[in-house]
Amino acid sequence: MSYEIIGITVLWLFLYGYLIVASVDFGAGFFSYYTKRTKKDHKIHSIIQRYLSPVWEVTNVFLVFFFIGIVGFFPDTAYYYGTALLIPGSVAIILLAIRGSYYAFATYGAKESSFYNFLYGATGLLIPASLTTVLTVSEGGYIQVQGDNVQLLYGELFTSLYSWGVVILAVVSVLFISAAFLTYYAARAKDQTALELLRKYALIWAGPAIGMGIIVFFLLGRRNPTHFEGMLDLWWMFAVSFAAFAGALYFIWKRKKYGTAFILVMVQYFAAFFAYGAAHLPYLLYPYLTIYDGFTNDAMALALVIAFIAGLLLLIPSLYLLMRLFLFDAEYVEGRR
Amino acid sequence: MFFENDPVLLSRILTYLTLGFHAIFATIGVGIPMMIAIAEWMGIKRNDPHYTLLARRWARGFVITVAVGVVTGTAMGLQLSLLWPNFMQAAGHTIGLPMFMETFAFFFEAIFLGIYLYTFDRFKSKMKHFLLVIPIVIGATASAFFITTVNAFMNAPQGFEMVNGVVTNVSPIEAMFNPATPTKVSHVIITCYLTAAFVLGAIAAVKIIRGNKSVYHRKALHLTMIAGAVFALGTAAIGDFSGKYLHEYQPEKLAAAEWHFETETEAPLILGGILTDEGEVEYALEIPYALSILAGFSPDTEVTGLNDFDEDELPPLFVHYFFDLMVGIGMYLAFVSMLFVFMNWKKGWNAFNKPLLMMIAAGGPLSIVAMESGWIFAEVGRQPWILNGIMRTSEGATTSDHVGLMLILFALLYTVLGVTCITVLKKMFQRNPVEKEMHKRGIDNYDIR
Ligand code: HDD
Ligand code: HEM
Ligand code: HEM
Repeated sequence: MSYEIIGITVLWLFLYGYLIVASVDFGAGFFSYYTKRTKKDHKIHSIIQRYLSPVWEVTNVFLVFFFIGIVGFFPDTAYYYGTALLIPGSVAIILLAIRGSYYAFATYGAKESSFYNFLYGATGLLIPASLTTVLTVSEGGYIQVQGDNVQLLYGELFTSLYSWGVVILAVVSVLFISAAFLTYYAARAKDQTALELLRKYALIWAGPAIGMGIIVFFLLGRRNPTHFEGMLDLWWMFAVSFAAFAGALYFIWKRKKYGTAFILVMVQYFAAFFAYGAAHLPYLLYPYLTIYDGFTNDAMALALVIAFIAGLLLLIPSLYLLMRLFLFDAEYVEGRR
Repeated sequence: MFFENDPVLLSRILTYLTLGFHAIFATIGVGIPMMIAIAEWMGIKRNDPHYTLLARRWARGFVITVAVGVVTGTAMGLQLSLLWPNFMQAAGHTIGLPMFMETFAFFFEAIFLGIYLYTFDRFKSKMKHFLLVIPIVIGATASAFFITTVNAFMNAPQGFEMVNGVVTNVSPIEAMFNPATPTKVSHVIITCYLTAAFVLGAIAAVKIIRGNKSVYHRKALHLTMIAGAVFALGTAAIGDFSGKYLHEYQPEKLAAAEWHFETETEAPLILGGILTDEGEVEYALEIPYALSILAGFSPDTEVTGLNDFDEDELPPLFVHYFFDLMVGIGMYLAFVSMLFVFMNWKKGWNAFNKPLLMMIAAGGPLSIVAMESGWIFAEVGRQPWILNGIMRTSEGATTSDHVGLMLILFALLYTVLGVTCITVLKKMFQRNPVEKEMHKRGIDNYDIR
């Protein structure tokens, strides 16, 4: 395998990690707000609080890894995306900043406040919507390059069916992934009322999630036929994805093996996400930028890969410790600690 | 018009805003774990619960500042690509590595911070809990180390070749360990510790001025001032080496900082003053030979003057004031902390007198001002280069027309974040004053030694 492929695979893995961890986090924020509005919060509040407290920084780090890593491996992305995405990028930063800091303020500092809660819920849906702009733009046709100037075509972006499809897909996926995880977490905590409510959310959002997936799949066919062809060649990965979805739904429906169900949801998104990504290659931005552009030096790639591995060796044990102490410590999960 | 739509100028202002804001929280974020570790260690060594309580309360406030540090750091990381796409395109290869490692270091710190906070009472052995603070200190300091090597690279770029405007043959290690790295990294790290010591010391001093009689605050003040004195002396010593580095590698920056026009030996150091339109320095305090000594240990050192450089490759001369402000405050902090330590050590002298306490209280904000001035001096003093001698700042910036709007948005964001952060911290400690917490934990409010 070439360094280019190794590099993009590692980065894609991090982005996938972010997709899962962040979805759980974003969705939890939204459910927490929604149940408060509908006065059902007593049912799931403590579950969400206990899960969220130790992990929010971890979520952020996955994203930072990705955008620092991609500029390290493929510096030309900074030129194209950096110039074009000034506004959506800045909006995403501001939302992330509000979310992160106000979460910390509410948890460690001030008392519960409905305003903080609102911010936390709203940003949970707005951030995925704004971040997906990057994926949409990568399909080509939304960016204009004239000489030295790269411009985002806002009219095109806001009137395109595909771009709205992706936004909705992102939002419903967040809700589905999150509900599936929290259902499992509530089951671990032996919290029956929370379990019932969250299971209901998981079932409600399963349909839209898979439905939007299929719709966006076909919208892409109109938007970018080359990419679409590539995805058709990888049809079996989408089949795996669909099968995993069906399995997850089955278990949640039958009220058993919530853990396996969540793993299947992860498989579902893993297969679809990697099939999408693999078919996208070699383009990072249609039709301007491929992974082979600007990737001039192997020394840096090697150094980055080594740093990645060394970093992972450092992180995995620490993450394990964190999980042991908080996520999967039965007493902590059940709220006895 | 001052605010014509110039993306370069606006990008510079926005970068300055984000970095200036991040720097406050980053500096505190690097320094406070060190102070927490010292306090917890003292608590164990002296078997004194006051120090352990110090560590506990500092850690609690620290979490809030870390959160703001993280989100502003994330903003900075993304903004580098958004505002300086051409710079990142050219330099991404080389500086991607340390930036990447900074994230790892921070991640490492964050995980142990989470564990540390929730395990104050979980372990039987206090030593075990103390061991958890070590990775936090290492992670925070490593963060500062890695990101500062990036900045050092911008000042003394090496480890690559420039062929037709494209960076090739990169050696990331050589790029990281460039000539600016040793002085820059060590000066930044020790000033982080210094700033944290003074910020925490100032809080204790204010409490005592307001009439609080707890020994807790007296111990806090004593501890922070001893640490502050050590760090202040270290800062001055390493700052001196930074001057020698500049003399060797960025003489134009040193000359601009010192308004030093003619190349000469036995050069004097100029403090304060104003520059007339004819380029004469007036009302300044001159210390004979001092600049030559700062640059190279001896009065015989020849210091290159501004007149020997191209006009359009010189930084703005107002950096002089920022340099003086930083050095002046550095001296002040060293003086105040040593005076306190000395008076406290002398039998029969009262170190807790009001004027001295006021001076310490001023030291908190002043240390932040010094840190910011240092950065402004270092960054503005590098102009017109973004990569010293290789790429001009104007070539690095974005060409987008919307930077002005973003500038307004971010200014709003930082205002809101800053204000809320302070309010939350205030509330947090007012709701749980130290006397209440000591009472709850059964700690006596007098000196048990
Ligand atoms: C509390 C903060 C603080 C204090 C008291 C001092 N400094 Fe400083 N200084 C910094 C905080 C700082 C900094 C923020 O950390 C800088 C900015 C960039 C850098 O590398 O460190 C810096 C830069 C910096 C530079 C420029 C390095 C470069 O651009 O490469 C020099 C020559 C000095 N310092 C010298 C001194 C001297 C002689 C001091 C006398 C006591 C001093 N500093 C006190
Ligand atoms: C945290 C403390 C820092 C502060 C307060 C600070 C301050 C500034 C200021 C005032 C400028 C504008 C200079 C001008 O345009 O005249 C600037 C520019 C810049 N700084 Fe720093 N800086 C800091 C650290 C860093 C570090 C560690 C890096 C490297 C990663 C960095 C990268 C940049 C870049 C890319 C620019 C824009 C290009 C330029 O104007 O040269 N800064 N910074
Ligand atoms: C004076 C220079 C700097 C120091 C000492 C510093 C230090 C730190 C520290 C200690 C943190 C962790 C948060 C905390 O503990 O408060 C942090 C966060 C961060 N900093 Fe800075 N920083 C500096 C400048 C920069 C610059 C110029 C950038 C942009 C390239 C940057 C990017 C980041 C990022 C991305 C994070 C968030 C990490 C994450 O979420 O994974 N920092 N920084």
